[in-house]
Amino acid sequence: MMTAQLALSHLLNGLQLGVLLFLLAAGLTLVFGIMSFVNLAHGSLYMLGAYFGAAAFANTDSFLLAIIAAVGGAGLVGLLLDRFALTKLYARDHLDQVLATFGLILFFNELIRIIWGPSSIFIQVPKALDSTIDIAGITYPSYRLAIIAVGLAVAFGLYVLIQKTRVGMLIRAGATNANMVAALGVNIKWLNTLVFALGAALAGLAGVMAGPIVSVQPGMGEPVLILTLVVIIIGGLGSIRGAFFAALIVGVVDTLGRAFMPTLMRSLMERNAADAAGPALASMLIYLFMAVVLAVKPQGLFPANVAATR
Amino acid sequence: MSALVTRSLVKRFGGVLATDHVSLTVEPGELHAIIGPNGAGKSTLIGQLAGEIASDEGSVHVLGTDVTHMPTHKRAQLGLARTYQVTQLAKEFTALDNVLLAVNARAAHNFRFWGNAHHDAGAMQKATTALATVGLSHLHQAEVGTLAHGEQRQLEIAMALATEPKLLLLDEPLAGMSQGESSAIISLLKSLKGRYPMLLVEHDMDAVFALADRVSVLVYGRIIATDTPDRIRENAEVRAAYLGDGA
Amino acid sequence: MSEMKASSLWPVTLRWSAPRTITAVVVIALLAVLPMIAGALESSYYVSFATRVLIYALAAIGLNFILGFGGMVSLGHAMYVLLGAYAVAIPASHGVTSGFAHMALAVAVCIPLAACLGAVALRTSGIAFIMITLAFAQMLFFGAVSLKDYGGDDGLTVGARSTLGGLDLSNNTTLYYVTFVTVLVALYLSWRAVLSPFGLVLRATKSNPRRATALGHPIFRYQLTAYVASAVVCAIAGVLLANLTLFASPAYGAWTLSGELIVIVILGGLGTVFGPVVGAIILLALEEALPMLIEATLPDYKSNWMLLLGLFIFFVALLLKRGVFGSLKP
Repeated sequence: MMTAQLALSHLLNGLQLGVLLFLLAAGLTLVFGIMSFVNLAHGSLYMLGAYFGAAAFANTDSFLLAIIAAVGGAGLVGLLLDRFALTKLYARDHLDQVLATFGLILFFNELIRIIWGPSSIFIQVPKALDSTIDIAGITYPSYRLAIIAVGLAVAFGLYVLIQKTRVGMLIRAGATNANMVAALGVNIKWLNTLVFALGAALAGLAGVMAGPIVSVQPGMGEPVLILTLVVIIIGGLGSIRGAFFAALIVGVVDTLGRAFMPTLMRSLMERNAADAAGPALASMLIYLFMAVVLAVKPQGLFPANVAATR
Repeated sequence: MSALVTRSLVKRFGGVLATDHVSLTVEPGELHAIIGPNGAGKSTLIGQLAGEIASDEGSVHVLGTDVTHMPTHKRAQLGLARTYQVTQLAKEFTALDNVLLAVNARAAHNFRFWGNAHHDAGAMQKATTALATVGLSHLHQAEVGTLAHGEQRQLEIAMALATEPKLLLLDEPLAGMSQGESSAIISLLKSLKGRYPMLLVEHDMDAVFALADRVSVLVYGRIIATDTPDRIRENAEVRAAYLGDGA
Repeated sequence: MSEMKASSLWPVTLRWSAPRTITAVVVIALLAVLPMIAGALESSYYVSFATRVLIYALAAIGLNFILGFGGMVSLGHAMYVLLGAYAVAIPASHGVTSGFAHMALAVAVCIPLAACLGAVALRTSGIAFIMITLAFAQMLFFGAVSLKDYGGDDGLTVGARSTLGGLDLSNNTTLYYVTFVTVLVALYLSWRAVLSPFGLVLRATKSNPRRATALGHPIFRYQLTAYVASAVVCAIAGVLLANLTLFASPAYGAWTLSGELIVIVILGGLGTVFGPVVGAIILLALEEALPMLIEATLPDYKSNWMLLLGLFIFFVALLLKRGVFGSLKP
């Protein structure tokens, strides 16, 4: 009984990590699909979202305003980045893109350090959600549940946007064949900017929502960025659907692995060895998982189109 | 033994049959041409033969060996060489180095880290000869990016020849060429005729009828006729399907 | 040292009067006499600093072999530096101090590891390859963090420098020259390899992998061999780094170091044999100079020099297509 409850609680934690990863992965994978652009600085937008949210929350005491500030702020930074810094890089090879956005990461981390200082800052859980809910015999924090709900709602919204609207049709077409969209007379630049800003806004949303449960500090974007990259590789580059399922899988596998791997190892080997190997294996688990997925399906689980990996 | 035999070759893209049960042969020394309107599936077929596109059904035999499930580079090692409709060259290399790369593909001792690739007199000799065959000797030190389109097409053929092929797949060697450039390639192909079995995919009807021993007509992925050039010219079905609205 | 055409990867005959050759010769000559100059200035710090520069250059030479000549953008090569550093620190903690043993262990672990990771990563290409190499490096990073018996997060100090036959590495100048000679050997080997039949195919896999395959080259074998070779060079750099700093920590495998190695390669000149040396000198000198420069002008922001470094890297990517050394006439 204890184990089942524990498992459920970890499962929910895994889902919560998964939806946050999805918010990041959606933007990154779309930007890749349409512009063939590798944006390592996507994690910086997540960090900016957290800081914008923290600043707004501290000044207004309204978490709603904090969310608006984070989404709007990160979206705006994304828009400015797209317009003024990155446009020239879209046509360049991936190496230049990696290098340029690597430079941007260092820049943003330092900028945050200058403005907000090097140590981590705290965002309180909003009062309305600072409680617990009983589900199936466990008490679970409402705030984390709210993250899951918001994440799923955004995923649904994205689904509607992409499958049911004209803009979504263009995004889908752009992800498969950007030249075709341009040939249709659509202003591809405008579409790029829109997608980039949308991705940035979602990253900002993830940042502010993660704010109360992680430590908000310079460089917080990088570990998340790398997890996000794993997600979009597993899901299949350019595929939103793949990003969604892969994000949930990665979130759950990572969380459950960290929770249960040490115990599992102890049942398999002697205690000392298990205590050494357990946490190591737990933190390496999703990378091994990724390796297995790629060994079987090099294009990821839900490839958007075959040509997209080049 | 036939140089190339395909039996009931199939490729589907989604629900579309790009290659619809294609069976054809290329006999030793024969030049077999494939014609067909745009979108007939000619390049898909070449891709399947070369191994770049996996076939869904059917089989491919090269010189008696079943290559249906063989990766591209192994087919090439068997002696199957191809040219591309859209030029595929190492752009940063010189013309000579592109051909040298092709010559070395045949060398058994190519996994060497030490000696200078340019100091292999035998390989250099073969590369120079292949360039001379297509008439590009004067440009051997030119970087490929600086060559004219026609010269790049000639280089494509030189690379295929440099691998000492036993079967040549030529995917629209005349694509995008001027009149003068075309006639140079046509006479080159004429001079190669009989020395190599060739499968030629081409749009230029005059060239095809001047060069081919046999012609197959591919429409919507299906071969509707295979015959001598003269008979193909008179075939009513072919005229209706293809020649009627093109040539 | 380098013999490339400006617009081409293809090496032509070495011309002694060419700006690239002259630059390479001058740089090597200066590096050869550097400890004497530093000795005259009584500034031993600069010998250590220069050793560090050369170690970064060595790792970048390794990376450049696949990045510049094979077109494989690995964003995870710091993991092999990490591996090399632990191949010194872990045996040393058990009392094994032989440099030959450290080197042998580094190479013996590196080859099978790189072969496995490379084989998986090379199933993909382009962006996916970049991300996978990054993820694998992260995996090794966490692996090192979890080595609780060997310092975990905090890393592991090395008691003394490796013993290397009659050479006394505890002498900074000796360590410098060992590193210097290693770099020269790596330069020479990569120069030979690039010109060799193997190198011809490797460069073709960058330029047009489809054509190379259609000609009959099994390109996977070439790419994987090059990948393993480049990993080994980085592992050796790691062995030297642990000797220089007398320390090994998971941070040596941080992805920022992988990023810095790419910066060095691009800064020097992608696909030039000598470029990584020039790139390492420029980047590390900049990292040294920026804090001083800011201290002199805006002392309050001394610790924020990375802001400018970030911008610098951004503009290098945007504007400096051929790199500093690569822009010189060959």
